[in-house]
Amino acid sequence: MEKRSLYNNKLLPYLLLAPQLVITLVFFYWPASQAVWMSFRMEDAFGTTTEFVGLENYVSLFQQRAYYESMATTVIFSIAVTFLAMSFSLLLAVMADKQIRGGSVYRTLLIWPYAVAPAIAGVLWLFMFQPSLGMIGRGLISIGVPWNPMLNGDHALLLVILAAAWKQISYNFLFFLAGLQSIPKSLIEAAAIDGARPTRRFWTIVFPMLSPTTFFLLVVNIVYVFFDTFGIIDAITHGGPAKATETLVFKVYQDGRLGGDLGGSAAQSVVLMVIVIALTAIQFRYVERKVTY
Amino acid sequence: MVERKHWFSTLLPHAILILGVLIVAFPVYVAFVGSSWDAGTIANGTMPMTPGPYLVENYSRVILSGNATAREPVGPMLFNSFVMAMIIALGKIAISIISAYAVVYFRFPLRKTAFWLIFITLMLPVEVRIYPTYKIVADLGLLDTYGGLAIPLIASATATLLFRQFFMTIPDELVEASKIDGAGPWKFFKDTVLPLSITTVAALFVIQFIYGWNQYLWPLLITTREDMQTIVIGIKKMLVTQDALTEWQLAMATAVLAMLPPVVVVLVMQKLFVRGLVETEK
Repeated sequence: MEKRSLYNNKLLPYLLLAPQLVITLVFFYWPASQAVWMSFRMEDAFGTTTEFVGLENYVSLFQQRAYYESMATTVIFSIAVTFLAMSFSLLLAVMADKQIRGGSVYRTLLIWPYAVAPAIAGVLWLFMFQPSLGMIGRGLISIGVPWNPMLNGDHALLLVILAAAWKQISYNFLFFLAGLQSIPKSLIEAAAIDGARPTRRFWTIVFPMLSPTTFFLLVVNIVYVFFDTFGIIDAITHGGPAKATETLVFKVYQDGRLGGDLGGSAAQSVVLMVIVIALTAIQFRYVERKVTY
Repeated sequence: MVERKHWFSTLLPHAILILGVLIVAFPVYVAFVGSSWDAGTIANGTMPMTPGPYLVENYSRVILSGNATAREPVGPMLFNSFVMAMIIALGKIAISIISAYAVVYFRFPLRKTAFWLIFITLMLPVEVRIYPTYKIVADLGLLDTYGGLAIPLIASATATLLFRQFFMTIPDELVEASKIDGAGPWKFFKDTVLPLSITTVAALFVIQFIYGWNQYLWPLLITTREDMQTIVIGIKKMLVTQDALTEWQLAMATAVLAMLPPVVVVLVMQKLFVRGLVETEK
């Protein structure tokens, strides 16, 4: 789609574009290309000069057991958070979509956690599940569960998953609700007249028609888990215990900051960029074409 | 609906939605209760489910004097978060609305290139290029400044795409009418495009304000001086590794204060918020 009626100033459009282009070039393209450049170089022992080492950073990255472990953590984390947050939100959205009294009140009461910062969400969940003073943490211990996210990696991962999923409920709920409201009611009524019960109507009509929303949310949730959960992890577990909650982004941060291994950290950044670009490309392709009804 | 409703089928949605609301609200309620008790009650795990008597004391302590682990009181941190969120929200809107205007209403060499240069940034969050970006900000001498906190996060394509999409829906007749009146592109922008865009601007503002306020990793790296810290970072610093030393009641009071501004924005401007969220993610 293009405009028919245009202005033909020569200089003005460049001036209008300049601020965004300058900021994008300085804070986006320059650092991104630096990351790519650094990923092919290695610092010498004193950290004063760097030399070209080809793919060495990548090779050593993919030889690290810790990198695969971090990748596995990220995958488990993504699947768990995405599944939990999406299924619970879908249930709530389906309920809120029914013509019930107070529907908009429920909506208001369900959407505000979107505004809670991930790091704060982490702090809140830590406060509840802290084993010695947390309300739920103590409760678990008192019924005989040896709960300790500070020492047990599985517990730590579970806690981070719960906090991350909690934070994402409102977002998914809003999009599912919008998706549900766009499905023509006549279609569902027709099925009802044909004698299809509500559960059957949901799985044969509503759920397939929601597939663009579901697919969109799937990608958004995965991207959220990859990048926005940094604050949650840093607040609750700091990547521990024994790296049990160290996701790929957290590892980039840790390796670059503490390890000082800038080449290795840059190689990790580049791998992450490739993953995000792939995810976004998949989203554009499929949302546009495949997932239709 | 054509079916007769059973009492159970009208009750069930309410039951599930109430359960959902409780799950969503519970962690925040516990934080609020935590912010109204003393350190002792919390530390020995006997905190009840109802607010205690230390509410005023805890909040006045965090606002006025800070605590042992984070010496800055909360006031300046709230101010830093506010400034950062405002620069990000307004900055993004300002640079995107004019760049979208250029892309839509002008034809010039390299127009497509410029559009793609901006569009690609949609995909890459600051987290993946964190250290190189840090280095550039450091080289520019922007560490511990509001500019360093906010400007790198302004570079994003979302807003530009949204404005472009909106400008496409403005009828061509308006441009033609404006031209017949002898008005140039700047006057058309100021008198027609900008007033028409107000709702989009407001919706975008709500989303970007929350986005800016809730930033964590970037301010964590960029701020070294305590007086430049944002509130979200401040809370994290109140949690001491040896849990016995954490003053939970103050951390929780700070958490409540940190959540308040963005939550109020969402609740008060709910319509704009929903609209902004749905539109920016399209």
